[in-house]
Amino acid sequence: MLYDQIASNKRRTGYVMFGFGVLVLALGAALGYLFWNNWLSGTIIAAVVAVVYMLIMISQSTNVVMSMNHAREITDVSQAPQLWHLIEDMALVAQVPMPRVFIIDDESPNAFATGNNPQHAAVAVTSGIMSRLNREELEGVIGHEMSHVRNYDIRLQTIALALSAAIGLLVNFASNWFWWGGSRRRDDRDSGGNVIGIVISIFLVILAPLAASIAQMALSRNREYLADASSVELTRNPQGLISALQKIDDSAPMKEADPNSAALYISDPFKHKQKFADLFATHPPIADRIARLEKM
Amino acid sequence: MVAIILIIVLVLLAVWYISSYNGLIRTRTNVQESWSQIDVQMKRRNDLIPNLVSTTKGYANYEQSTMKKVVELRNQLTAVPADDHQQTMEVSNQLSTTLRSLFALSENYPDLKANTQFTQLMEELSNTENKIAYSRQLYNSSVASLTVKIQSFPSNIVAKIHHFQESDYLQVPEEEKVAPKVNFDDFGQDK
Repeated sequence: MLYDQIASNKRRTGYVMFGFGVLVLALGAALGYLFWNNWLSGTIIAAVVAVVYMLIMISQSTNVVMSMNHAREITDVSQAPQLWHLIEDMALVAQVPMPRVFIIDDESPNAFATGNNPQHAAVAVTSGIMSRLNREELEGVIGHEMSHVRNYDIRLQTIALALSAAIGLLVNFASNWFWWGGSRRRDDRDSGGNVIGIVISIFLVILAPLAASIAQMALSRNREYLADASSVELTRNPQGLISALQKIDDSAPMKEADPNSAALYISDPFKHKQKFADLFATHPPIADRIARLEKM
Repeated sequence: MVAIILIIVLVLLAVWYISSYNGLIRTRTNVQESWSQIDVQMKRRNDLIPNLVSTTKGYANYEQSTMKKVVELRNQLTAVPADDHQQTMEVSNQLSTTLRSLFALSENYPDLKANTQFTQLMEELSNTENKIAYSRQLYNSSVASLTVKIQSFPSNIVAKIHHFQESDYLQVPEEEKVAPKVNFDDFGQDK
C-alpha cells in the first residue's frame, strides 16, 4: 500500500514534468509567435530556460522554497527542543533520516515539508504552531509532514510548485511585453490572416497558468487525506491530529506565505472560503479530514 | 545441454540461498539495533532521574511518595541483567507509568511549572519516554518480520540450517495497547 503510493508518486513526478514541459514549450512557441512571428525561437528559449530552471530547482529546491516562505533554519536541538525531539521521533518511526528543520515567524499555525527525497528533506513549522499546539497535537502535525517525506509526496509537490512558478514567471514576462513591446509589432506588419494564430497564442497565455494551478490542486488534495492516515499510523493517536486540525482551523490566515507554495502546507495558509466548488481548493475541507480521522 | 540447465539451476539455487540468508541477517540486525536504541534511551532516562530529584528538592512537598517510587524503580532497572529484555521492559513500563503520573501531578504545582530547569527536564524526560515507545514499536515490527522469515517456506530451511532464533515481542503497557486501527480504505487512494 505504502510502496504503491511511493511508486505512483515517482511515476506521477515523471508525468508532471513531462506535462509541464510540453506546456512550457507550447507557451514559449505561442509567445515567440506573438512577439517575433517566429515560434521556433520562442520554443528554444523556453526549453533552455526550463532546463536551467529545473536543474536549479532540483539542486536548490529546499533553500528556494524556504526563502520564498521566509523560513529560517535551526541547526541545534537547544533552539527548539520540543520541535526537534518530535521531528526526531517521527523520523525514527517513519524510518527516514532526520530532515532539516525550519521555523517561520508567523502567528498563524501551519507547517509543511519539502525536498527531493527522504535523504534531502526539510520540515518547516510556524512559530504560531509551536506556541498554540501541545506536544501531542504537534506530534500529529509532524507525523503528517514526515508521511509526506516518506511517501515522496514532497518531490512531486516541490517539482509541481517549481514548474507552476516558472509558468507564472513566463506569463508575467509575456503580459508585460504584450502591453509595451507587443503593440509596436502590430504596426510593422500588414494585418494579414494570422488572426487565428494570435487568438490561439492569447488563449494559451491565459490558459497556461490556469492549467498549472489546477494540476497542482489535483496533486495535493488526496495526498492530504493519505498523510493524515499515515500520521495516525505513526503516532497511534488520532486525537492529537484531530485537535491540531481544529486549532489550525480556528485561526487567522498566514501573513507572508508564498502563494505558489500554498499546496505544500498542512492546511491552506490563506484560509480561502470554500464557496468555489472543490475544484479550486488546494486542500480538502478540514471538517472532512477530521470526520475521516474520527472514523478510525 | 543438460549440463547447462543443471548449472543454471545450481546458480539460481545459490543466489536464492545467499539472498535468503542475507535477508535473515538483515532482519535480525534490525531487531538488535532497535533494542540498542531502547537501551540508549533507558540509560538517558536513568541519568535524568537524579536531576529530577535534585531539581524538585527545593519543593519539599512535591509528591514525595511518587518520587520515591521513581527512584526505586530506576535503581531496580539498573540492577536487571542487560540481556533480559523482557524483565527490563517490564520495570521500564512501570517507571514510565509512574513518571507519567508525576508529570500529570505537576499541574498542581504552579511554582514548579514556572521553573525553567524543571520544564526542560520534563521535555527531556517525555522525549526519552516517547523514543522508548517508538523504538519498541520498531522492535516489535522487526521481530514480526523475523518471525515470518523463520517460519515461512522456503526461508525456514535456511533459518534452520543456520540456527536463527525467534525473538519475543516486547510487552506494551496496558494504556498503550488500545492503538487505533488505521483503515486506509476511507482514504481513497488516487488512481
